[in-house]
Amino acid sequence: MDRRRFLGRAAAIAVLPLGFPFGPASATPEAMAEAIKKVVGDSAVTEGRVKLDMPPLIENGNTVPLVVSVESPMTVADHVKAIHVFNEKNPQPNVFSARLSVRSGKAIVGTRIKLGDSQKIVAIAETSDGRFWSASADVIVTLAACLEEST
Amino acid sequence: MANVLVNAPKTAKRGAVVEIKALILHPMETGFRPGTSGQIIPRNIIERFTATWNDAEVFSMDMSPAISVNPFVSFFAVAAESGTVRLRWTGDQGFAVEEQVAIAVE
Repeated sequence: MDRRRFLGRAAAIAVLPLGFPFGPASATPEAMAEAIKKVVGDSAVTEGRVKLDMPPLIENGNTVPLVVSVESPMTVADHVKAIHVFNEKNPQPNVFSARLSVRSGKAIVGTRIKLGDSQKIVAIAETSDGRFWSASADVIVTLAACLEEST
Repeated sequence: MANVLVNAPKTAKRGAVVEIKALILHPMETGFRPGTSGQIIPRNIIERFTATWNDAEVFSMDMSPAISVNPFVSFFAVAAESGTVRLRWTGDQGFAVEEQVAIAVE
């Protein structure tokens, strides 16, 4: 490798990190919209039937209780097939995807999640007729989920 | 395994909808955090939780790193017949834990 080419490559390598900032990349509202699109496809998402229960003000983003409930008779003809939860500002837009069936009896799922920032959470339910329903919640997080290992 | 807590009724009326709660000890390492050495700690999460009632699946959940440490899940199931509810967690680094509870339906 001659000197000129070496200098050129060295310069290129020096510039590289600018394009890849250190630290976790964060999901964006666009990333969330894309993640939602992957699940719902081209179907319309209607607001309603879904209830997303979580505290509006969160002191500790490491464990945030969350309950998603969907109004549904849960019969063979009309039941909830899946419940998906998405976020805007964690490193990844997906939170969880739960699969339910007639055997579930009630379309209610509870869990605890991590939140890295104040943001909007969206829950989407898929019913057996192929339609999608949603609910969202804006939450304020005062202590973000820890980014460094505790010692 | 001692590191699993399951809360489910021991008996249920036929056709009743029962709530099952499950908690498991797990670090749920996101794969985004630097450790004390400055290196990123490799991801180690539970990817999937499934619940079967007499081998018929009643509930399943795909998890992401956004699920809290020591994942807790609560869900409902119709008590159709007496049997065993089998809960299974699988994830990164070959993690697989199974727990079962018996529910008598009268």
